[in-house]
Amino acid sequence: MRRKDWQTLGFAALLLLVAALLPLTGDGYLISLGVSIAMYTVLATSWALFSGPTHYISLATAAFFGVGSYVTGSWIEIIPYWALLPIAAVAGGVLAALVGLATLRLSGVYFVIFSLGLAEMIRQVVTWYQNQTGHKGTYVLTDMTDSGIYWQLLGLAGLVYLAGWAIGRSRLGFALRIIGEDEDVARHVGINTALSKVALFVVSGAVAAVVGAIIAPRYVYIEPAIAFAPMLSFQVVIMALLGGTGRLWGPLVGVVPFTLLWEVISASFPNQTTLLLGLSFLVIVYLLPGGFVGLYDRLRARRALRGVPA
Amino acid sequence: MKRRTFFRASTALAAMTLAGAAFAADPIVVGAVAPKTGPLAGGAAVTHWPNIQLWVSEVNARGGLNVGGEQRMLEVIEYDDQTNPAETIKAVTRLAQQDNADIILSPYSTGLSLAAAPIFDRLGIPQITSSAATDQIDELAGQFPNLFFLLGRSAEIAGGAVEAMAKMRDAGEIGNRVALVNVADAFGIELVSAGKPALEAAGFEIVYETSYPLGTQDLSPIMKAAKDAEPDAFVAFSYPGDTFGLTEQAMIEGLDVGVFYTGVGTAFPSFAGRFGAAAEGIMGIGGVNASSETFLDYAARLEAETGSQPDYWASGQMYASLQILEAAIEATGTLDMAEVTQYIKDNSFETVMGTITFDDQNSSTGYWTAGQWQDGVFKGVASFGGLDGVVEPFVKAGWE
Repeated sequence: MRRKDWQTLGFAALLLLVAALLPLTGDGYLISLGVSIAMYTVLATSWALFSGPTHYISLATAAFFGVGSYVTGSWIEIIPYWALLPIAAVAGGVLAALVGLATLRLSGVYFVIFSLGLAEMIRQVVTWYQNQTGHKGTYVLTDMTDSGIYWQLLGLAGLVYLAGWAIGRSRLGFALRIIGEDEDVARHVGINTALSKVALFVVSGAVAAVVGAIIAPRYVYIEPAIAFAPMLSFQVVIMALLGGTGRLWGPLVGVVPFTLLWEVISASFPNQTTLLLGLSFLVIVYLLPGGFVGLYDRLRARRALRGVPA
Repeated sequence: MKRRTFFRASTALAAMTLAGAAFAADPIVVGAVAPKTGPLAGGAAVTHWPNIQLWVSEVNARGGLNVGGEQRMLEVIEYDDQTNPAETIKAVTRLAQQDNADIILSPYSTGLSLAAAPIFDRLGIPQITSSAATDQIDELAGQFPNLFFLLGRSAEIAGGAVEAMAKMRDAGEIGNRVALVNVADAFGIELVSAGKPALEAAGFEIVYETSYPLGTQDLSPIMKAAKDAEPDAFVAFSYPGDTFGLTEQAMIEGLDVGVFYTGVGTAFPSFAGRFGAAAEGIMGIGGVNASSETFLDYAARLEAETGSQPDYWASGQMYASLQILEAAIEATGTLDMAEVTQYIKDNSFETVMGTITFDDQNSSTGYWTAGQWQDGVFKGVASFGGLDGVVEPFVKAGWE
């Protein structure tokens, strides 16, 4: 590794450490905002790991998130909590592998539609199962605090960044970028495109499932409509696109302003949240087509053009 | 917070104009979080929000709450949680920490109320739920000692329907054959898994049984199949959308049963509005003491203030939860929530739903479980804890 890589890693670790100090403020409001930001950062970054280079827009986040929530919800009474997180990862990963093998041959809008339908399908399966077995509500009663959840999400974020950084410099990452540019070319130069795509989809699915498993104790009561809410998939995509998927840190710079904007809107205009959200989304798409990453790259290019060292 | 400043300013202005030069005490900040958008917005617009509006306007019209000898006006901060538990959690925390709310009202519905329970617990604020029905009250009470339940246990709610039906069967008014359907979603599943064994234990014969996914539009195959089974009673543990849908299909098919029972939504005023005379005799979840002057007076006041009629199940409980808070604050003369909570546990309260007392698990000791549309009013026909005003259920006679 080069010296610059070590610097980047060190800087990221430092940022993470600073972020980990937030609960020490003892301000429950800040911590609950922190949980939102950490949750969406993990979801949007892991989403961009797959969708960024391949340009496959996945709306399946809610499906994996819901599966993870139900792993915690169903087994919290029998299995120690810490063992549930890897189980959720495996469940999300296996599901992503199955779905990926079946559908990543689809491209463009077909994949988008399928991934959107996935959450709904799993929700119906869970409901069907509960109905068959006379299920009586899924309660997750733990003494987990928001701070604990926040730290777990931060730890997961660290892992996701590390994985993304490693993938970015591996043969797999290179293969994915080629697939994103031109899948036919990738196939012709001998890249196993299906395998590469599925591998990344599995990572992204496993991470989303772990997030669901971590968040479940926060909701106390898990029901299919909440665990598999399609809104989540869209929010993750919007935030990732606002930040930009070209760089690993892209989703983060989308998540933070978006979460804060959402907070200001919900706090100041509680009767018009959806309307204002839609308007701000239009503005974002219109003014920032490549997200903040695109803006950053454009500014840098402009400065380079003027001969100013970037 | 722009809104809050605006509220403050307008309250201050109103106080100045009304009271002349007199100084008004600081208002009590009341925080409210419930859906204004999302799947549960419709229910909250009937059951939740109008009651807050009525309560605040009535208390302020009387000059505010008397806290330790000082009259203090109420000032409400409302947030929309978009039917999303993550937003509920955030909004409740925001109320507590940013807006410094003195009182925070319980959110709406089982899921959203329970998502907020850990925060209420941590803040030590009493959370009186009026729209949460669960069978886990024992565990929840252990975990969240500040959590109160007005709506009761789902097993009792399902049992209420069976009890009313058994009464009619034993009187020889209906036969033994029951068609049982449920919506395959959280509350529907919970009710049917309690209701089915209760029906069997009461000696009913289940001649048709099925479930359908939430949001099913075409319910006619279910009604046709149920009719073919020639039941004496039709029981559906349904949600508002399908409650209306099934009733409509039953009218179309001319389902000939002595008992027609549907779930959530039957007690809505819009149900009677939609089906008119055909609603007569239909049974459902909920009920009120329709001969109670207090309830009728409340219903009239609610309609005059908000233009919205109460439903005959959770609306009154929601208003009662506000009355309980009010009484506890005035009696203890403090906004210290630990004292208020203890007072609520130790005392009984006169409310629009009658006298309410909590048991040692903070669950109301008396609540309505089943009701029936009789003369345009949804009257309670079965209750838990032997409430006053239970009326006799009668056999449904046709759909005209």
